[in-house]
Amino acid sequence: MEKTVNQRAWLLVLPVFLLVAFSAVIPLMTVVNYSVQDTFGNNKFFWAGLEWFSELLHSERLWSAFGRQIAFSAIILALEVPLGVFVALNMPKKGIWASVCLVLMALPLLIPWNVVGTIWQIFSRVDIGLLGHTLAAMGIDYNYTRDPLAAWTTLVVMDVWHWTSLIALLSYAGLQSIPQAYYQAAKIDQASRLDVFRFIELPKMQGVLMIAILIRFMDSFMIYTEPFVITGGGPGNSTTFLSIDLVKMALGQFDLGPAAAFSLMYFLVVMLVSWVFYTVMTNMEKADTFHG
Amino acid sequence: MRMAKITLSNLAHAYHPNPASEDDYALKQTSHVWEDGKAYALLGPSGCGKTTLLNIISGLITPSQGRVFFDDDDVTSIPTAQRNIAQVFQFPVVYDTMTVRENLAFALRNRGMDKAGISRRVDIIAVMLGLEETLDCKARALSADAKQKISLGRGLVREDVNAILFDEPLTVIDPAMKLELRIQLKSLHNELGHTMIYVTHDQTEALSFADEVVVMDKGRVLQTGTPEALFEAPAHTFVGHFIGSPGMNVLDVTVDGSRAYLDGNLIKLGHHYGTPAGKVQIGIRPEHISLNATNGLPAQILRVEDVGRHKIVRAQAMGQTLNLIASNQTTINTGMASLGFERGKISVFVDGWRFSPSHGQEGAM
Amino acid sequence: MLELIGVSKKIAGITQFHKTDLAFERGTMNVLLGATLAGKTSLMRLMAGLDKPTTGKVLWQGKDVTGVRVQKRNIAMVYQQFINYPAFSVYENIASPLRLQGKSKSEIDHAVRETAEMLKLTAQLDAKPLSLSGGQQQRCALARALVKGAGLVLLDEPLANLDYKLREELRAEIPKIFEASGSIFVYATTEAEEALLLGGNTATLWEGKITQFGPTHAVYRQPLNITTARIFSNPPLNTLPVTKAGACLQFAGDQQIPCLSPTPNGQYTLGFRSHHLQLKSNKEARLAFKCRVDICEITGADTLLHLRFGDQHWTSLLEGVHPYTQQEELNLYVDPSHFYLFDAQGDLCAQPRAA
Repeated sequence: MEKTVNQRAWLLVLPVFLLVAFSAVIPLMTVVNYSVQDTFGNNKFFWAGLEWFSELLHSERLWSAFGRQIAFSAIILALEVPLGVFVALNMPKKGIWASVCLVLMALPLLIPWNVVGTIWQIFSRVDIGLLGHTLAAMGIDYNYTRDPLAAWTTLVVMDVWHWTSLIALLSYAGLQSIPQAYYQAAKIDQASRLDVFRFIELPKMQGVLMIAILIRFMDSFMIYTEPFVITGGGPGNSTTFLSIDLVKMALGQFDLGPAAAFSLMYFLVVMLVSWVFYTVMTNMEKADTFHG
Repeated sequence: MRMAKITLSNLAHAYHPNPASEDDYALKQTSHVWEDGKAYALLGPSGCGKTTLLNIISGLITPSQGRVFFDDDDVTSIPTAQRNIAQVFQFPVVYDTMTVRENLAFALRNRGMDKAGISRRVDIIAVMLGLEETLDCKARALSADAKQKISLGRGLVREDVNAILFDEPLTVIDPAMKLELRIQLKSLHNELGHTMIYVTHDQTEALSFADEVVVMDKGRVLQTGTPEALFEAPAHTFVGHFIGSPGMNVLDVTVDGSRAYLDGNLIKLGHHYGTPAGKVQIGIRPEHISLNATNGLPAQILRVEDVGRHKIVRAQAMGQTLNLIASNQTTINTGMASLGFERGKISVFVDGWRFSPSHGQEGAM
Repeated sequence: MLELIGVSKKIAGITQFHKTDLAFERGTMNVLLGATLAGKTSLMRLMAGLDKPTTGKVLWQGKDVTGVRVQKRNIAMVYQQFINYPAFSVYENIASPLRLQGKSKSEIDHAVRETAEMLKLTAQLDAKPLSLSGGQQQRCALARALVKGAGLVLLDEPLANLDYKLREELRAEIPKIFEASGSIFVYATTEAEEALLLGGNTATLWEGKITQFGPTHAVYRQPLNITTARIFSNPPLNTLPVTKAGACLQFAGDQQIPCLSPTPNGQYTLGFRSHHLQLKSNKEARLAFKCRVDICEITGADTLLHLRFGDQHWTSLLEGVHPYTQQEELNLYVDPSHFYLFDAQGDLCAQPRAA
């Protein structure tokens, strides 16, 4: 529904506008500035053009980090989405147990990232961690500081533990909005459980699931804290994701130019993917609301 | 075509376990037989238990007591899917991601019907409902009216259903479309001959759709009858009031034989009623009151509303309000009038229920 | 007095409401009658100041209030949905607009009780709205709108979500409430019968245009065009395309009826309402139409016949019970004095002689 056009509204938006300018646009501009210059110290800068960008695009280091990043996001989405939906489908719909479940599900979401990292770092340690020690005692060769597979497994399990709740809660909300009549109609049509899921629940969850996937994709694509705490990007470079690589480059090696170019490209990739998601989602909504 | 007589025997339902008093029952004890192939309406205000009754028939609710029979089979504990009924809900229930054709075919496919048979049935129903143009559209792209037509179609597509149940199916339909869908439904019933049970709060929908109407209030079935019977001889003052627009006028009186007295004013009745004890009332339809009668009931005319085809007159007599309907050719002034009641059309009620004349001139309720 | 001068509304290039002049006098009941999406709500939002018109002005008591925010104008609105404060009791709900106006406690108490009495809510004053029936909830919303003493009360299909019987009851009460208030009432509805019961003035709306505005019964009896007649007929208006040749109207090939109206020869549409198509007519001047029965709906008091005459779908509303069967053929009669004659543009050229 359309609202009255009121020019004074702009005045109210102005503070936010300034805030965003100072907190996002201006820092971004300094990054842009760095990305096209080179320095040999002493605060002297030289024009470098797009040199850093082309160097990075040809750097194997960046591409392998990018590959690992894509693999990580893909794996956790492939695990978390079906698992989250499965959990949501099996949560009680009403009564005291529904509330209990909701609270339990929300718990992991309330823990700060670095704490999650620390918990899993300790939990998985072979010497003192409950999980690591148990696995070792069972004769499984598990050590995330030595074995890339163990490191990946730990990170993926941790992420699934941390974030499946979010997908489950969003899906649950989607499921709750389905009127009872749909289930009754399905019973009358003699639809199987699978049909109910395919033709009623999934279509009705579509909207929230898209949002959940978008959020989880962006989050996992920018993951930093947890791998930093648990593996520090190791063993070797096996868990060095884009953000870890970026920090290494910018702070470890102090290569400001390439790091700035790196962050810009990173930013653009995340934006591009989000835009694609957004377009797909709004198009779907349009198809829904067309003809009322 | 396989269909069945549906028998409800001593049915009652309470949503909470261990109902203590009668008020705890959403549906009070009732028995009813739904004849094969007839069109029924369940009519009553919100919360009168009509949807509960419908859901017991479809098996979505298992009654707290009593049995449900389809022909001679006890289906009380048989789940909905096996009952072979179809139901249309208040809001359109369609499978969004399927096309209209797939929606209509779904229930048939689940029952293992062959392809040729499915496509034949779907085409027949689509033509009946005027959906043939949109058969290959995704259901989600359609308007609410069209979606509700799909829901209707999904109910009608199966030839072998025991009954088709409708739960206020025209609620979301645009007023202009309501009449059209209502006639469509009625002609579909004439054509297909399914047993249909139609739940609504709208007397026009109920009376115009059904061969027989079941009137409910507060979980109780008050009367079952043809629209004519409900109009002419309501079994309860509630039915009198609920059927008709405006409803029946109900006046507190005392009755002695064939005479009723409203605050000392004599109203002659068509039959002898003896001297009934309890709360005695007479009911008279607005259609059966005339103005300017000789020796009529003195009344004050408060307002006259011209609704086009006739006039509705709001009057007051001895502190009790009355509505009456007059031709739109007559000029009516507010002020005093003398109301004449058509003798044979007066009903007598005791404690709310219809009271039969003592000499049996009139049939039982 | 509320005046709309040259008001129109476009949203994103699509015309919601065409240029309109309209004036509502003080203390009048004004009905906006039209189908869903005819523009009733758009027009009300313009009157309320919830939307700013694309062109034109809104005047209140002669003062330009275009673009003045709704909060600054003394307006009350009731919607189709029952909108009350769920956490407040009915008393507090009704009192809320008065508290905002800063009235004294005794004034509020007096006004609340008086309004509650009028709307039969006295017994429910301490209840929370959600524990009430739909009818009572809407009464509460109405009470809140009325107690404000607003000069303009806008009611947007207030009875649409109520049960049939409750709708009937409140419908009978609203004119009384209106008379007691002295405000300008604007009442949107899709139902012709509701407009007739409310009386006052009616504006018929069709696709964002007002097709006619005037005293309700005059609009009903003398529709100036076929669109108005259609909007204001339920069951739908029966129509018949006719050709005028000399003093006759010809239709269905060879049939004809005399027509004395001095309109030129050409194509016309005859219109009449379903309660004028009767089984018998006691007047001499009557016309017989042989119709076929499609469906017969019996409501106890009336019978509604859905008929076919040639390729026309007609309806006939008869008093009493007349159980005709499908496909049955029967003669129905219309007194020609009930005919409306519309020209090719749909404008009325001859109207009934009697009401």
